[in-house]
Amino acid sequence: MGVAVIGASMTKFGQRDAWIRELLSQAGEECLDDADVTPKEVEHLYVSNMASGEFEGQTGVMNMLAHDLGVLPAYAERVDQTSSSGGAGIYEAWQSVASGASDMTLLVGGEKMTHKTTGEATDIIASITHPEEYKHGVTLPSFAGLTARHYLERFDAPRESLARVAVKNHKNGVDNPKAQFQKEITMEKALDSPIIADPLRLYDFCPITDGSAAMMFTTEERAKEITDEYAVVSGVAGATDTQVVHERDDPTVMGGVVESSKQAYEMAGLGPDDLDVAELHDMFTILEFLQLEGIGVADQGTAWEMAMDGATEKDGELPINTSGGLKSKGHPLGASGVAQGVEIYEQLVGEAGPRQVEADTALACNVGGFGNCVITTIMEAAE
Amino acid sequence: MTLEAGECPNGHVSYPTHPRCPECGEPQEETHDLSGQTAEVVTWTKSTATPPGVRQPNTLAIVEFDVDGEAVRALGQVTTEDVETGDEVEPVHVEELRDPEVGLKSENPESQEWGGYRWDPV
Repeated sequence: MGVAVIGASMTKFGQRDAWIRELLSQAGEECLDDADVTPKEVEHLYVSNMASGEFEGQTGVMNMLAHDLGVLPAYAERVDQTSSSGGAGIYEAWQSVASGASDMTLLVGGEKMTHKTTGEATDIIASITHPEEYKHGVTLPSFAGLTARHYLERFDAPRESLARVAVKNHKNGVDNPKAQFQKEITMEKALDSPIIADPLRLYDFCPITDGSAAMMFTTEERAKEITDEYAVVSGVAGATDTQVVHERDDPTVMGGVVESSKQAYEMAGLGPDDLDVAELHDMFTILEFLQLEGIGVADQGTAWEMAMDGATEKDGELPINTSGGLKSKGHPLGASGVAQGVEIYEQLVGEAGPRQVEADTALACNVGGFGNCVITTIMEAAE
Repeated sequence: MTLEAGECPNGHVSYPTHPRCPECGEPQEETHDLSGQTAEVVTWTKSTATPPGVRQPNTLAIVEFDVDGEAVRALGQVTTEDVETGDEVEPVHVEELRDPEVGLKSENPESQEWGGYRWDPV
């Protein structure tokens, strides 16, 4: 059964006074309005959230939101897949409609993080690592530093190529009113910023963010009755890789990206050459290269050349992260994958405003942990 | 306290050990103590934004041991900030790698071990 997306929304990302309850309900309400769906039409509700218990002592967020939005007695479930909770929510929402279990499914992702210190937030996120890694004080940024050094040394890539990812995504974020930073940065600023995990500096990392995003899924048949402006989920798949990062055969290959994108392409009957735009999980600049290679757009060790050539700019061969990416849009863990879906939906239905590119086929790649789990989604514009 | 790698009946070796081999799913019944041998630095980083209870800066390296011809990697703190890719290092035992009374796991510090091995350039 064809599954369509008929509405989407996103709160302003950044440092917000609102707690998780208000963030989720704000995006949920706006999505109901955008899709022109009443709460009582919603049959399944999925809430993507990694750690509201650890961040603010709030558990059971799916029941909270079901009640606050008035979607009762809809089936409600919280989806936790760490940083890829949002992508996993897209997968769950797709399954719920494709299986026939639900005709109208609302997905809302959100996280409230900025009230914690950077150290506390880093520790919550680092708690996903194996005890043998955690006790050494390893953090997700330090995995990025370890991988970036290996990539630059092995493929003889210039340090500037990583800074170009940051500069590009900040530039794209200027046109996104929901982004945490709507501010361009220079190469000099990126290359001179403080070291966080050598060789990576402050501007190689996404910020800590509060925010929420939502999408409405229904059958393609029902979508046609409701609107002309919809997108179709033509491919979606998830995969895992080792929890312990150093156990991977090749530190520069994200197996979860390779496997999930392969399955998503097969389901959609498409390949990397068919993509018009993509949202990649640039939690760290190096991840944009690993994903461009993992989804088959670039050969191993060559994605840095795309950054240097401008191929991934908004007016380039394949625009990457037109939303500003996690880098400038922000990364509220459970919301990020949903926000990627919101961006490619808006691109496909022509609602991306100043960020709009020509796009009939789009891909979103949402990475959990340091590639521990990955969801790849392909959406196409309605014919 | 050992630096123990696990091996399954098919000869796949991993560090740390797992109940089942990550490559083939067979039980890992053999172990190898890596603490007495040297390894080579594959990559390293110096982390300046560390969580509560962790030294700052925290220099970390992924190193590679040779176990019967098979490359086995491990991650750990480095004893010094002066390290380069390709350096030879030896494991040095430390009682406490980070403060177990601080941070998210401080509610149940007994949930895991806190001692382990740092890499000391030879």
